[in-house]
Amino acid sequence: MRNMSTAVLYNDQGGAEAAVEAGQESTPTTSSSGAAFGLFSTDFKKNEDLKEMLESNKESLKLEAMKRVVGLIAKGKNSSELFPAVVKNVASKNIELKKLVYVYLVRYAEEQQDLALLSISTFQRALKDPNQFIRASALRVLSSIRVPIIVPIMMLAIKEAAADLSPYVRKTSAHAIQKLYSLDPEQKEQLIEVIEKLLKDKSTLVAGSVVMAFEEVCPDRIDLIHKNYRKLCNLLVDVEEWGQVVIISMLTRYARTQFTSPWKEGAIFDENNDKTFYESDSEEKKEQTEAKPYIMDPDHRLLLRNTKPLLQSRNTAVVMSVAQLYWHLAPKHEVNIVTKSLVRLLRSHREVQYIVLQNIATMSIQRKGMFEPYMKSFYVRSTDATHIKTLKLEILTNLANEANISTILREFQTYVKSQDKAFAAATIQAIGRCATNISEVTDTCLNGLVLLLSNRDETVVAESVVVIKKLLQTQPTQHSEIIKHMAKLFDNITVPMARASILWLMGEYCERVPKIAPDVLRKMAKTFTAEEDIVKLQTVNLAAKLYLTNSKQTKLLTQYILNLGKYDQNYDIRDRTRFIRQLIVPNEKSGALNKYARRILLAPKPAPVLESAFKDRDRFQLGTLSHSLNVKAAGYQELSDWPAVAPDQSVRNVEVIEPVKEWAPLVGKTKKSKSEDKFYSDDEDEKEEEGSESSGSEDSSSSSSSDEGLFLSLFRDCGGLFRVSLQVTTPSFGPVKTYELLHHMTGKGLSAKYHFPRQPCLYQPSMVAVQVILTNSSDHSLEEIHIGDRSPASLNIHCFNTIERLEPEASVTVSMGIDFSDSTQAANFQLCTKEDQFSVSIQPAVGELLMPSTMTEEDFSKEQGKLLGMNETSATITMATANTSSQAIGKQVLSVANVGVVSSSQNNVHRFAGRTVSSGAVVLVSLEQKESCAALLTINTEKSVMASMLLRDLKQALAQA
Amino acid sequence: MIHSLFLINHTGDIFLEKHWKSVIGRSVCDYFFEAREKAVEPENVPPVLQTPHHYLISIYRGKLFFLSVIQTEVPPLFVIEFLHRVADTIQDYFGECSEGVIKDNVVTVYELLEEMLDNGFPLATESNVLKEMIRPPTILRSVVNTLTGASNVGDTLPTGQLSNVPWRRVGVKYTNNEAYFDVIEEIDAILDKSGTTVFAEIQGVIEACVRLTGMPDLTLSFMNPRLLDDVSFHPCVRFKRWESERVLSFIPPDGNFTLMNYHVSSQNLVAIPVYVKQSISFFETGPCGRLDITIGPKQTMGKTVEGLMVTIHMPKAVLSANLTATQGTYTYDLATKVLVWDIGKLNPQKLPNLKGSLTTQAGTPKPEDNPSLNIDLKIQQLAISGLKVSRLDMYGEKYKPFKGVKYLTKAGKFQIYIYMFIFLENLMSYLLFEWLQCVLKHSI
Repeated sequence: MRNMSTAVLYNDQGGAEAAVEAGQESTPTTSSSGAAFGLFSTDFKKNEDLKEMLESNKESLKLEAMKRVVGLIAKGKNSSELFPAVVKNVASKNIELKKLVYVYLVRYAEEQQDLALLSISTFQRALKDPNQFIRASALRVLSSIRVPIIVPIMMLAIKEAAADLSPYVRKTSAHAIQKLYSLDPEQKEQLIEVIEKLLKDKSTLVAGSVVMAFEEVCPDRIDLIHKNYRKLCNLLVDVEEWGQVVIISMLTRYARTQFTSPWKEGAIFDENNDKTFYESDSEEKKEQTEAKPYIMDPDHRLLLRNTKPLLQSRNTAVVMSVAQLYWHLAPKHEVNIVTKSLVRLLRSHREVQYIVLQNIATMSIQRKGMFEPYMKSFYVRSTDATHIKTLKLEILTNLANEANISTILREFQTYVKSQDKAFAAATIQAIGRCATNISEVTDTCLNGLVLLLSNRDETVVAESVVVIKKLLQTQPTQHSEIIKHMAKLFDNITVPMARASILWLMGEYCERVPKIAPDVLRKMAKTFTAEEDIVKLQTVNLAAKLYLTNSKQTKLLTQYILNLGKYDQNYDIRDRTRFIRQLIVPNEKSGALNKYARRILLAPKPAPVLESAFKDRDRFQLGTLSHSLNVKAAGYQELSDWPAVAPDQSVRNVEVIEPVKEWAPLVGKTKKSKSEDKFYSDDEDEKEEEGSESSGSEDSSSSSSSDEGLFLSLFRDCGGLFRVSLQVTTPSFGPVKTYELLHHMTGKGLSAKYHFPRQPCLYQPSMVAVQVILTNSSDHSLEEIHIGDRSPASLNIHCFNTIERLEPEASVTVSMGIDFSDSTQAANFQLCTKEDQFSVSIQPAVGELLMPSTMTEEDFSKEQGKLLGMNETSATITMATANTSSQAIGKQVLSVANVGVVSSSQNNVHRFAGRTVSSGAVVLVSLEQKESCAALLTINTEKSVMASMLLRDLKQALAQA
Repeated sequence: MIHSLFLINHTGDIFLEKHWKSVIGRSVCDYFFEAREKAVEPENVPPVLQTPHHYLISIYRGKLFFLSVIQTEVPPLFVIEFLHRVADTIQDYFGECSEGVIKDNVVTVYELLEEMLDNGFPLATESNVLKEMIRPPTILRSVVNTLTGASNVGDTLPTGQLSNVPWRRVGVKYTNNEAYFDVIEEIDAILDKSGTTVFAEIQGVIEACVRLTGMPDLTLSFMNPRLLDDVSFHPCVRFKRWESERVLSFIPPDGNFTLMNYHVSSQNLVAIPVYVKQSISFFETGPCGRLDITIGPKQTMGKTVEGLMVTIHMPKAVLSANLTATQGTYTYDLATKVLVWDIGKLNPQKLPNLKGSLTTQAGTPKPEDNPSLNIDLKIQQLAISGLKVSRLDMYGEKYKPFKGVKYLTKAGKFQIYIYMFIFLENLMSYLLFEWLQCVLKHSI
């Protein structure tokens, strides 16, 4: 490498980049690699003297050297070859030197694993230091070193630190849990035990960190929270700000699974009908409310009460998280208290405004009333950034109603004249939306827009025309006046785009202005040769349409224009003229098409829909990254719908007197103590529970279980009583369908179930992740559960580790990865215990062989364009009436296939995109709704077999109610 | 949560990077640069961006971008708030937050970042705690350090982090015990041409500088707390006491901190300290226009208005301005088309006036944009909302501290719209909608 550096010494920047980032992700532009070599040598030379300094005896020299090394790291330059020299100083007495060495170690340990091991003993010693800070910082660095060999050491250190007397050390151990988990996910079970222990900690220092660890490692283990729920609520105010955010968002999710909905049917509320979102379970809710009046669970109230003061926090993230908690959990009439605080956040930094405005935009669609009194806070200032302006405009439009529309329109007038033309254009669109939403002002808006046509700025004109066109298309009958007026203005308008659009409107509605349209055509005939091409084209269109509707008056004019067009310089116009002539003027050559000329040219065109871009954002929890991007982000935890029946409340009771005996039975029921036991022995049994529950499903409300798995099984049993479908309680994005792998009768007590968690497989990207729940239903413990032979032998399976022992009635969840090679052929293998072998098979539904991929509408169309012909499969399907809303369609499609939603600008077209797991082939699903329940379902992929199977599955799912 | 941080200057160079988990290559920033290019102005870059494998959340402060790389779902405000906290800390340590300062103190900044996050989760963000661990540089100390080889890293370990009052260290000692509070209010207002208030509100902040020995417990009460419409507090303030008694009860951090932010919104309460008479007009014939602005005092509660400054963003067509100011000086920046008139103190007897002609580019159509006036001002010894601190009590310590309160009013976002009067043939497009409606009704 040094030899190659004879080249010029390039400037430092570019080279370092290339040197450091080897093996990083692909990018649109790659940095020049030539520069790398030149640079590398300079580093190397400098590093020579650094090495000497580091090896000297003087503290000050070492410190100086380390500072320079850290400077190099900060600039992103490579200094890994100094590792041996640096690591020697890890035991230095000088605190600053030591800290800098730590910085270096954490940065390069992953690359120099063997050498990094030299430092481990120093940390192990420090872990026993009497000073809590030294213990904590040792654990911090130790756990930050990403060297897989030391996993057992880390595990041990974490366990010890979790029991440390100092809360600061315990906090550090909570942080270390996440680090170890990301280094080695296999440690999950053990780490959950530590989390469980730390969750019981009463120190405010620990609370935030451990909940963070919980969210990273095992967010689905809601059962761990029960006992700590009240404590967390009470500690919340005293926890540090960052911890508050994490705890609040976790408690929001928790509450949605544990309490019943406080949103009464038909309550005072609701301008915009909040049902749309929660449509699917509205029926159940009704039955619920009829059965008994709603009483809020005291724990639910506790959460609301304890979070409220945090609205006054100086930390904007805390305020936002409380606001979203109220939005998702509070009774409708209480949500208003967050308004003021949210509006306050608008005075914070620009970036904060951006996020808050996005959330307000979503809220204001459903609940205008919340923000109407603060309308003026959303007025645009000339100094606002463009994205802020657009969001404010969005909100103002959402807030518009009969009472305030005149104020808003007056404000909009100012915006139209803004120097920022993109913003002016957005304002015009907003005026259009107000006009369609509020019929009282439609005329005013239209008139105003018509006037804007004579604006000098082309963007403004073009936008006005588009909006007028849209408005007229929605209700053309009432607006022949406007068309007439536009005809009048026509002479003064010079912008070609606007002239062309007016001509189009004339033609489209020529029957409504029978006298004016021919006159306009006459004028155009005079000026035809001097017009711009776009205007000429529309003139030809107008002539053709008039010829068809009013040939008596316009026959000669049309022929004249067609003749002019025939000899035009532009071939587009010549082409168009020729085409139109053949189409409308009957002669012997034109044949059958001629008869349909009228139907072709004057076909009714669908009116475009003007609606908020934030309409479908409410599918995401407010305040989340997913909400901000309108795309499901990695690791997003779906907010579940309210349960129809509240799970047992007593699980949250805490035995104050006997803190040692953590899982004592609460209310004297024999059945319960059993399930209690299970929570705390880390298993997710449902098999057994199901059996006993089904015998007494009337008892369901008192069941103490609220583990999700159990909860589901409960519902399945109560199905007859409450008509709760499985879908209701599962998140719409990750519907969990569990399949039987091995029945306990055939498995001699061992039963197994599996489901597809729809997560990327950890072991190999081409594998589909499968979670298997093994349960021992026999009366003796089973040993050495593992996977035996497989067929076909080439089948690529990542097995779970052998389970040494499974106690009676215990169950365990394991993950495995299977490479199905994009076929639905079943994976057959043997599930073995010490004594027996059972042949089992996993047959994946075709939709599980996919993984979602995110793309924009544009990319989607582009990809779709590449996959036509052979690669396209489509069918017209009939959907159940319940499935016609876009929410329901999304839900159904996602339940069948693991695909991602592609946002769509058209209301009646739904798009989904995915890739096959093994080969990564693109799979595009689009569904175009036709009238009533019919729809055209199209699948584009090169895997045609998969396409047809997927089509069948989707068809079936959408036909079901 | 937060995976990596890149600091990028306005020319697009990455001059500092820090990773809290495994290293992410700089190339991830290319997506950001793309967006940056598209946005034209740095302020217009969307704060949240999505790339195939990461999410980028950025803030723009002091001509620098703080760009964080995220891999999984996280509340975006959490990250944004944190990044601002980083910028605040740098400002607090070095007096300003700029590329030069960060480059000069790169090791200290790196140490700070190391302490502020652990594995991407905020660890110590209180400036008091940080200052205990990493001492801010002073000239004296840097001289001593170079001579003796001593370090900036505190040899005592942070005590604040352990207690229930993490914002305060233990064992604070002063010979002069003092507590100062600055009540600073900013008026945000939009006035229309006639001077009518379209929108007005006051944002207040109480900045405190407390140097008290031991663990003092303070109670600050107001004469008229009902004025305050909406408040947010430093974590040290006890919410419960505020809710029940409307007093601020707190154990203060040591040194400078923001005690509370508040908001007064009802319009009739917001006094507008100045009025502006102005006309800006362009003639249809000949490339010129006229400008005439006069400013006078309105509701100043008998105090003097100082630091008066008017900023106008002129339409692009305006080439130059030839004006005379009766007081102060004016500058017209040709590149940015910004006219700044720095007036200074407002004398009620002799009102400042700026008058003269504007030259527009020949041959271009008359400007149709309506520039707005931004006004800057300061009033000492006055909180324009009328908020008054009534008393400060101290418990828990025996000594008598020295106490002081200062008031200051400033203009925040203070804007006046001007509707331009233009002599033109194409009158239609510049009229107000109401007018238009009438015209239309009669003409159709």
